Amino acid sequence: MEHENRQRVLWTIAIVVVLIFALIPVLWLISLSLKPPGSITDKSFIPSEFSLENYKSLFEGGIDDSPFIKPLINSIVIALITTVIAITLASFAAYAIARLEFPGKRLILAGALAIAMFPPISTVGPLFDMWRALGLYDTYPGLIIPYLTFSLPLAIYVLVAFFREIPWELEQAAQVDGATPFQAFTKVIVPLAAPGVFTAAILVFIFAWNDFLFAISLTSSDASRTVPAALAFFTGESSFTEPTGSISAAAVVVTVPIIIFVLFFQRRIVAGLTAGAVKG
Amino acid sequence: MAEIVLDGVTKVFGDGFEAVKDMDLEIADGEFMILVGPSGCGKSTALRMIAGLEDISSGEVKIGGEAVNDRSPKDRDIAMVFQNYALYPHMTVRENMGFALKLAGVDKGEIDRKVEEAASTLDLEQHLDRRPANLSGGQRQRVAMGRAIVRDPKAFLMDEPLSNLDAKLRVQMRTEVSRLQSDLETTTVYVTHDQTEAMTLGDRVAVMRAGILQQVGTPAELYEEPTNLFVAGFIGSPAMNFMPGELDGGKVKLPIGEVDVGDIAGGGGSGSVVAGLRPENLEDASIVGDLRGERGVVFEAEIDLVESLGSDLYAYFHIESEGVQSDQLADLVADRLDETGAAGTREGQEQVVARLDPTSKVKRGDTAELWADTSKLQLFDPESGESLRRSGAAGDQS
Repeated sequence: MEHENRQRVLWTIAIVVVLIFALIPVLWLISLSLKPPGSITDKSFIPSEFSLENYKSLFEGGIDDSPFIKPLINSIVIALITTVIAITLASFAAYAIARLEFPGKRLILAGALAIAMFPPISTVGPLFDMWRALGLYDTYPGLIIPYLTFSLPLAIYVLVAFFREIPWELEQAAQVDGATPFQAFTKVIVPLAAPGVFTAAILVFIFAWNDFLFAISLTSSDASRTVPAALAFFTGESSFTEPTGSISAAAVVVTVPIIIFVLFFQRRIVAGLTAGAVKG
Repeated sequence: MAEIVLDGVTKVFGDGFEAVKDMDLEIADGEFMILVGPSGCGKSTALRMIAGLEDISSGEVKIGGEAVNDRSPKDRDIAMVFQNYALYPHMTVRENMGFALKLAGVDKGEIDRKVEEAASTLDLEQHLDRRPANLSGGQRQRVAMGRAIVRDPKAFLMDEPLSNLDAKLRVQMRTEVSRLQSDLETTTVYVTHDQTEAMTLGDRVAVMRAGILQQVGTPAELYEEPTNLFVAGFIGSPAMNFMPGELDGGKVKLPIGEVDVGDIAGGGGSGSVVAGLRPENLEDASIVGDLRGERGVVFEAEIDLVESLGSDLYAYFHIESEGVQSDQLADLVADRLDETGAAGTREGQEQVVARLDPTSKVKRGDTAELWADTSKLQLFDPESGESLRRSGAAGDQS
């Protein structure tokens, strides 16, 4: 009993330390974003007066003049398109890898792993040239394609692991029940792999949402610039003021979709969804 | 409903392993056919070829008179019950049972009606809206059966459907399956490794070994007239006792005595043979009474062990012998090793089991006088394992 109590106390301390370590920068950011421009450098953790001016400035001027709205839309659209395409392709690929024996299977897996390990920075230069030649520079596809390249391997690996867990008999049962292979896949396998599908979706979305490297290198205007890149182009009230306040506010705003996305899908990642499929 | 015909069906896997070799089997409309054999004998592969889950390397499978080799499982109109049930965990019992009908585009009211009808047959009505995870093993098994019967298919295919249940429930479900099949009169192919299930359930039983069909017949035929050593040893529990014998001019010399066996079908006049005698054909000589003089041989044996089950009494003893050498028996021993971890054989000795009348007074360590009903003696060729005569032939000494 005493041993258990001590363990609990130690765990609590450890968790609190980690939480403080992780949350202080976020709280600091929120604090900065709420300070009016005049007191932004006052070094106090809790703002002496609260103001939403920074947030207001982000959205001022509507879609045409605001430095933030268009990049936010770009970010959302690009990340969502990337996620949908990546998950669709990855689930087909992962299903084949998990279920079928075909020549070149190991090669595909090894290739996927190699791509995931490849440093993105080394592709930026060639991509810049190629995209300009192909007319993909500063377009949505120009970002979506590299995002897919780097997120697909990850998604495939996650999904293969989940598909392998699903008993093959379930699919055979579906076939005997009169399902086409595609129906068996969509009505039985995918719903059962849902936790895996959502996990992969979250990972891909976060990857695309957070990317700065490709966004800064392969865009030149608000036509396709995403929020992480756009933040670097923020200006202050005049050319002599730091845009600290508005950058903080923008950083807080871009965190919100991630939180919503994770919370939304987390509820679906219910452990033990597959329990009871077979005798267990 | 339809008959199923396997015509020279062979399955060769990618690695060259021949799982089923040139199998011919005709299953009549409405018949309950059991495929039985030790693990790895190809019985499940054969079933899966009928289902369409496994490609057929050569030969032909016909369901209801039509060749189905190139049809996918969904176009064969068969229902299958899997060993692990394979229930869809994300669906309720109702959805599980109605899934096939839904795929077939049957309208909702009709699906509900059929599902409820099947549920009442299987006593599942109060569980229709639960998920498989919340059901007991027996209930899951019944849902799996329900999923099959809702469809009213041409045939049921069952792959060891009861092997995941505990012993008591298995016996109960065995009767259930039997009742269901005779009510529905749907052609059924049932795979099991359990010879008791095979004997109690089937109209006919097909025994397989190493991909080859050994014998097809009613349970009584298999028991009384096994065609070879393997079938003789596989069917029956406890298993048939085997001992080496020397055949010479209508008499066979056994470790337990000399027996007059009359003419041997096939003309083999002399040479070594394997003799088989079922445990119930041995009896305590003091109990036999009149029969003792009529037929059979009486011999003495030192009893190693006595097991009393109340209704029966099993006495184990051994006879000195070189042992019986045969591939077919080696397979059986290996199978028994898998199941029990003990083969029950010792070097230079052959263990024999006798099923005695419970009133017998034999005790462990006694030297008892036993009587063998040699009219039931089966003789086999030690090389090929083939039966040398069918029972019912001459054998009485009188």
